[in-house]
Amino acid sequence: MNPHKRSPLVIAAASLVYFFLYAPIVILILYSFNASRANVTFEGFITETSSRVVMDGSLVKASPCGFFHWYCDLSRNDDVIEAAENTLTIAFTATIIATTIGTMAALALQRYDFKFKPFSQLSLYIPIVIPEIVMGIGILTLFSQTFGALNSALNLTGDSRLSLGIWTVTVSHIAFMVPFVTLVVQARLQGFDKSYEEAAMDLGANEWTTFWRVTFPMILPGVLSGALLAFTLSLDDFVITFFTNGPGSTTLPIYVYGLLRRIITPQVNALSTVWILIVFLAVLALQWLQSREQKPAQ
Amino acid sequence: MLQRLRESKSMQGALLALPTTLWLLVLLIIPLFLTLVVSFGQRSPDGNVIYSFTLDNYTRLLGYNTDCPAGQSSCFDPLYVNILWRSLSLAFNTTVIVITLAYPLAYFIARATPKRRNLFLFMVLIPLWTNFVIRVYAWMMLLRKEGAINIALGWLANLFNIPFAPLEMLYTPGAVLVGMVYEFLPFMILPIYTSLEKIDNSLYEAAADLGANAFRTFLRVTLPLSMPGVVAGTILVFIPVMGTFIVSDILGGRQVILVGNLIQRQFLDARDPTFGSAASLILMVMTLIVTYFYTRKFGFGEEIVSA
Repeated sequence: MNPHKRSPLVIAAASLVYFFLYAPIVILILYSFNASRANVTFEGFITETSSRVVMDGSLVKASPCGFFHWYCDLSRNDDVIEAAENTLTIAFTATIIATTIGTMAALALQRYDFKFKPFSQLSLYIPIVIPEIVMGIGILTLFSQTFGALNSALNLTGDSRLSLGIWTVTVSHIAFMVPFVTLVVQARLQGFDKSYEEAAMDLGANEWTTFWRVTFPMILPGVLSGALLAFTLSLDDFVITFFTNGPGSTTLPIYVYGLLRRIITPQVNALSTVWILIVFLAVLALQWLQSREQKPAQ
Repeated sequence: MLQRLRESKSMQGALLALPTTLWLLVLLIIPLFLTLVVSFGQRSPDGNVIYSFTLDNYTRLLGYNTDCPAGQSSCFDPLYVNILWRSLSLAFNTTVIVITLAYPLAYFIARATPKRRNLFLFMVLIPLWTNFVIRVYAWMMLLRKEGAINIALGWLANLFNIPFAPLEMLYTPGAVLVGMVYEFLPFMILPIYTSLEKIDNSLYEAAADLGANAFRTFLRVTLPLSMPGVVAGTILVFIPVMGTFIVSDILGGRQVILVGNLIQRQFLDARDPTFGSAASLILMVMTLIVTYFYTRKFGFGEEIVSA
């Protein structure tokens, strides 16, 4: 019996599901080259010669970018650039902190016994079993109540008042990222052969040297894929950011959501297309890391 | 002190786990308790919280109403119960449809040759990691009156000379359902695939040797062994569908209100955090109850197979 044999019915169903997954994405990308500013119907591609885009019923001068008109438009949009900067700042900072403390926790949970261990392990599952909106409004309540109390207790006024901003978003992102890092690294540590460490200790290395020269290089692929997962979760997050951002800390998902409720030009499609391209590259990198993890260096 | 730390394994462990545990305590566990406390409070006229102990928010959610027609002191208003019920049944429908769509694809990937398998998996990961908001937007473009679906339908109708008027699909409950299915489908494909991939080929051979046909083999071998994947996928789909508010906000307009929208509005528009907190806790309790009974029921079935 051939284990790779599949009935035509399964193949047909699978193809349909792939079509369902990809058709919206293809249409989205197609509309990023739309000649119509209103972006309601697709009125043909913007070409080099006919790049006169109808704007509010009037003709505008030919765009020097031609086919990529909306992408040029996007690169000149200061709001998008600011949102992208915020998104990356938050994601990088949160990933570094979450990966460091998450890896430490994974080591502690896998290797040590201590008083509050069951509590630590259990708290990791909170973001998985509780809807994100519940966490989001909980964190918002925490911030608004403590900020309100501190502002009036310390008599803070004007700019020195505590308020929501980039740091509240970052701190909240770390909270939902850490469990994923810890669980990924813990899984890596579970299949860990302790004899390498014992050999290093027998040869006279102390615990510190053993960790950095033996243990850490061996868990590094796990740490890296945990970090990459955390990074993508932060880039992608909408709900937690929605409740914890303040003026000046808009991220890309929040920015796009704001646009969807107002006027939509093909610029949104151009932004989405760039984003999908970045995701494509990131997933490629993640797969490459995981394939390296499956075949450890000889 | 340092000497003690060097010798005490339990102190080292505690120290390593401390930052993460504190972080989760302050930003996940304390906020949950705070939500509980606030939900028993009262709203002040300027939208702040007055800490007290009242069950008003919960009775209001469950339909007890003091703002009644003349002559009655209290009456039943099903508004919020309907919202809760709508969210629950939408989450249920979404999960069932997602399982139906995800299973054949996961099966298809698991049975592919190892080389192609990676490509097929990669093709599931791209939509999964494409931003949630962008994916809702894609459906907004597809579903509207002048959108791609209506254009395609119009073209088909024209081909067969059938009169055609564009369908109103956006801002309907159906649009919200399609959007939810699209958003959460990848979260079901991956766990089912993982459990299917683990099945030992010799089991299929044994079933064939014992005279089972392909359908019987699927029913008696493949399906039971893939249940852990379906259970895991259900948890990954059901819980977020219950709480999501973007899909209904964008694709449902203001027509389809789910518990997520209710909570969001209490915090941002209506400025009644005490009522929002109560709704949020009800949402959490609902998801925990469903998850608990579901995993208990099917977790048991899983044990029967492994025995």
